[in-house]
Amino acid sequence: MMALTMNTGTLSTARDRRARLTRDAIGVLVILAVAVLGYLLFPNNLALLTRITAIALLVLSLDLVTGYCGVATLGHAALFGAGAYGAGIAAAHFGITDPIAMLAVGVVAGALAGLVSGAVVLRAHGLPQLVLSIAIIHLAHEAANKASGWTGGSDGLAGIMPDAVFGLWQFDLWGRTAYVFGIVLLIAAFVVLRQIVRSPFGMLCRGIKQDPLRVRAMGASVHGTLIRMYAISGAVAGAGGALNAISTQVVGLDSLSFTLSAEALVMLVLGGTGSLYGALIGTLSFLWFEDVVSAANPFHWLTIVGALLIAVVLFAPKGLYGSLAALIERRGRKGR
Amino acid sequence: MSAIFDVRNLKRTFGGLAVTNDVSLSMAPGDRVALIGPNGAGKTTFVNLVTGNLLPNSGSVALGGEDVTRLGPTERVRRGLVRSFQVTRLFSEMTPEEHVALAILQREGRTGRMFASHRAMPDVMDEVHALLARLGIAHLARHRVSEIAYGQQRLLELALALALKPRVLLLDEPAAGVPQSDTARIEQAIADLPADLAVLMIEHDMDLVFRFARRVVVLAAGEIIFDGSPDAVTKDARVRQAYLGSYADARSVA
Ligand SMILES: Nc1ncnc2c1ncn2[C@@H]1O[C@H](COP(=O)(O)OP(=O)(O)O)[C@@H](O)[C@H]1O
Ligand SMILES: [Mg+2]
Repeated sequence: MMALTMNTGTLSTARDRRARLTRDAIGVLVILAVAVLGYLLFPNNLALLTRITAIALLVLSLDLVTGYCGVATLGHAALFGAGAYGAGIAAAHFGITDPIAMLAVGVVAGALAGLVSGAVVLRAHGLPQLVLSIAIIHLAHEAANKASGWTGGSDGLAGIMPDAVFGLWQFDLWGRTAYVFGIVLLIAAFVVLRQIVRSPFGMLCRGIKQDPLRVRAMGASVHGTLIRMYAISGAVAGAGGALNAISTQVVGLDSLSFTLSAEALVMLVLGGTGSLYGALIGTLSFLWFEDVVSAANPFHWLTIVGALLIAVVLFAPKGLYGSLAALIERRGRKGR
Repeated sequence: MSAIFDVRNLKRTFGGLAVTNDVSLSMAPGDRVALIGPNGAGKTTFVNLVTGNLLPNSGSVALGGEDVTRLGPTERVRRGLVRSFQVTRLFSEMTPEEHVALAILQREGRTGRMFASHRAMPDVMDEVHALLARLGIAHLARHRVSEIAYGQQRLLELALALALKPRVLLLDEPAAGVPQSDTARIEQAIADLPADLAVLMIEHDMDLVFRFARRVVVLAAGEIIFDGSPDAVTKDARVRQAYLGSYADARSVA
């Protein structure tokens, strides 16, 4: 049966396209369903849900360079922070208060930060690469701290007052508009990234992760490809940062911190690298778990989170989503 | 003389030892050259030097009259110099279909595309499946490489090189590790290569060498000790000496 479908290229491409569209539609519906469920279950905690959405964009962005390209980084919050400060400074200092325009500024700032940190981080491999990424986040943090005239320094950047979305929806006290804005943004990013990761470009990135020498032997440029992916990754993280600035109306130094970078990596590993679903599931479960545990036991919550992480890494090394997907695949094969 | 591939006085040392010592070799379009020599003679090193994966201490490499000695491996591939690896290098998490599609797209400068899937490109898919079918692995098109047998991975390694449509093809022991039942496929694929392509094949199986080559080059201890017709090679005293020597060494080590 396999051989039959293989021989007729046109027939199978049409079928493949339908299968891909179906899978993407399911993905979007699942995100929507989870978002609606969150809205109904926690109507008084929309600020947390919006924060999870913003961080999800950061973790998706990290997945692009770490999960798909194999770049080791502990400095990815630099891209998120660039987006947050970009959008915040545009609003507070330049009067750009239209949320879409703020988002655009965040995306561009994130992409530029991606280009710069990519250019530095990609000079090395392995541990030196990790060290470079740590240096970048510390430098960025310090720069934002010093430039307090622009960033508000350690007090944070205040005075961000976004207008209504399309002049129609005001950002309300309960954070409803911000939440919907965030979910729409996340779904848009998800749809675009699904395209990119399975495009020829995405395939090339996966190849680079597995064997850069082989990629070169095919005549492709490893460095150029990775730099481009870094810029895309920066745009996504920058969108997350901008969302954070728009929804909380402040930007703090924590958005540009080593801690946030490391936590993003933890969330990605928790969910499973190299898959967009893994990034989403990792973010959601980590931040939700952190919220529940820190409320229940404010003194030992870090210990509990640590224990959970060790359990996942030891017993589900591919992460929550990765392990589940592998299990289903094995089941499916047995059934066949 | 219209050499498409021209290597002059290539030299490379590792820790003072010359692994490639003053090697010169040129090929014209359509050449079928076998590069043979005992294990450790420097055959793979020669390929690494020529493709830019290793830097030579001295010497030059030219492709179609252009000096490429200072160019990186990617640039040389783009100019039509393609190699296969003695030990298969593939993307273990990807499928043969993806491998070959990637090679075809790269050849056509389409790997930068972000909003299309190779599966939605009938021209690419047709070429992918034609090539995989020629090597007898079309039925594995959508299996992960980590799940397929080594012999079939060797066939895919060859498919990748072919998909790039090179002008000069360097095959490093393409049949090594391939079960007898599949070597015929490899041999056939090599025999079917475009007539104007220059091919250099490293190979140990002398039957294969004699069926393939119109010219044999023998490398021993980093130096070319013979360059001539397949008929003459078996009668050459130095060649015999080199092979006997290496076997004697191997025995005394073992
Ligand atoms: N990177 C390297 N560093 C040191 N020695 C090397 C390196 N690569 C190859 N060699 C040595 O060069 C010699 C030739 O190796 P190789 O080219 O692989 O031989 P062949 O392919 O003819 O069997 C061997 O003695 C090998 O140990
Ligand atoms: Mg060798």
